[in-house]
Amino acid sequence: MATQHSRSVARLMMAPAVVLLLGWMLVPLTMTLYFSFKKYLPLRGGDLGWVGIDNYVRFVSSSSFWPAVQATLVIVGGVLIITVILGILLAMLLDQPMWGQGIVRILVIAPFFVMPTVSALVWKNMFMDPVNGLLAHLWGFFGAEPISWLSEASMTSIIIIVSWQWLPFATLILLTAIQSLDSEQLEAAEMDGAPVLKRFYHIILPHLSRAITIVILIQTIFLLSIFAEIFVTTGGAFGTRTLTYLIFQRVLESQNVGLGSAGGVYAIILANIVAIFLMRIVGKNLDA
Amino acid sequence: MGRIQLKSVTKSFGDVQVIPPLDLTIEDGEFTVFVGPSGCGKSTLLRLIAGLEDITSGSIDIDGSDATDVPPAKRGLAMVFQSYALYPHMTVRKNIAFPLRMAKLDQAEIDKRVEGAASVLNLTDYLDRRPGQLSGGQRQRVAIGRAIVREPAAFLFDEPLSNLDAALRVGMRLEISELHERLATTMIYVTHDQVEAMTMADKIVVLQAGVIEQVGSPLELYRTPRNLFVAGFIGSPKMNFIEGEEAAKHGAKTIGIRPEHIAVSETEGEWSGVVSVSEHLGSDTFFHVHDTGLAETITVRADGEVGFRHGDRIHLTPRADVIHRFDAQGLRIE
Repeated sequence: MATQHSRSVARLMMAPAVVLLLGWMLVPLTMTLYFSFKKYLPLRGGDLGWVGIDNYVRFVSSSSFWPAVQATLVIVGGVLIITVILGILLAMLLDQPMWGQGIVRILVIAPFFVMPTVSALVWKNMFMDPVNGLLAHLWGFFGAEPISWLSEASMTSIIIIVSWQWLPFATLILLTAIQSLDSEQLEAAEMDGAPVLKRFYHIILPHLSRAITIVILIQTIFLLSIFAEIFVTTGGAFGTRTLTYLIFQRVLESQNVGLGSAGGVYAIILANIVAIFLMRIVGKNLDA
Repeated sequence: MGRIQLKSVTKSFGDVQVIPPLDLTIEDGEFTVFVGPSGCGKSTLLRLIAGLEDITSGSIDIDGSDATDVPPAKRGLAMVFQSYALYPHMTVRKNIAFPLRMAKLDQAEIDKRVEGAASVLNLTDYLDRRPGQLSGGQRQRVAIGRAIVREPAAFLFDEPLSNLDAALRVGMRLEISELHERLATTMIYVTHDQVEAMTMADKIVVLQAGVIEQVGSPLELYRTPRNLFVAGFIGSPKMNFIEGEEAAKHGAKTIGIRPEHIAVSETEGEWSGVVSVSEHLGSDTFFHVHDTGLAETITVRADGEVGFRHGDRIHLTPRADVIHRFDAQGLRIE
């Protein structure tokens, strides 16, 4: 049969892409696993042989492990809450007919195009600098003592920076969802006697639930691995060392590839735990 | 209970006036149909009554009190939308109960009314389903259910049957008419389908470009259309309009003869012409006749058994007592 032929041809033609992707994923994963069982110190003797699960034990028993997990979860959670809530509000605002709508929408997306390193530096030097920063001037204008954001409120600062970057993404997805809401539903609810807030709660929010799910899932994947924002601002100090950053320090600063690889495996496990939880909580929204 | 009075109501969108000053009274318990071609302002008029659009000037009275600035929820009107506007994430029960929950009725009363509405509309078996799992007709009934539980002063229907297939439409038409008989509540119904208007209405309001062309009972409009527009809009197939010499014989600019008022004969008649298309519906047959010596193609309705075909020469005789005459302005001459 022609279909059978075309199916096997299709498989054959897809094979290179599949093999490439598989290799792309499998090679680093296997190498991480391989190194995680070795004592491997590139500048201090190189490959020093197998050590079993020693690296895993050391990574977890390190005093910086649990704080790093906590920092990761706080940043992810904080950014998710801020971007989803502000994203919904912004999306509803942008959905209103107004003059210059097209340009405003493009401007709203703009932060997403700025590289993480650049935006973190801009925030660090232009806004959060305790002497010359815009926020310091603002505080000074009201007679308050300027905050040195990145050391005194380091976690908040990083959450603000990352939220600023991801807000456009959330807004964009939620805006398209709001635009697909049938206006007759809102009018029907209005006729049914639902005031503005109840219309939001009973009609708009349920309509957005799927889009919110998508925003949360996609953002979580990317937020678990934020790095540049921390690297150029606090450098992992003041309690902002996330799991990703801890691994970076183990591998590059301590030059301990084995220990870092073990941390990488833990990061994979953490990501999966978070993913399972998320799928349980919000994933059912995707079925309906 | 549900007397609605519009007093010199106008509506403009920007510089465009879609409804010039308009006066209309809808009596309590009346089934009123707004009918007109698309874009004639009939839906806008309904939305003005509902309060979903603000009127530009004039006033609306409901039950004798001024409702011009009353928000939609407080007007005591319920609306059934063209798209049904059901809440997709709620079950049928919750959909119907929604207006009652918003009115903060107690749960026992809500349950009682929802069950009542569901049994009236044959929805009892579907109460725990979601709108997505229902057919078009069932969704329509849920939308009506959501309207009747509120026990409103008047129902507003915005082309509620236009998304249904032909067979279902006839069924729902009957159901809505029966509902009106049972509830005896004022109903305002917007449609572009003159058959719906003729079959359901106590009173038809024919609109064109925001202007009321004529108000009257279905048979009044059929028998004595006030102008050419109403004459052409009401009745199916459309009335034949004849101008020129033939019209001058009757002392008019245009004369109108309905297809059902022309007798067909094989042998003799006032006009003679050739059948171009014959549509056999079984109960009736429609002939489109040309070459009659008149400029216009004439549509004739005959008995279903009359069997002329394409190309046959036939003879037509209009009934003299039902010829409608119109003057140069398109207005009826009595």
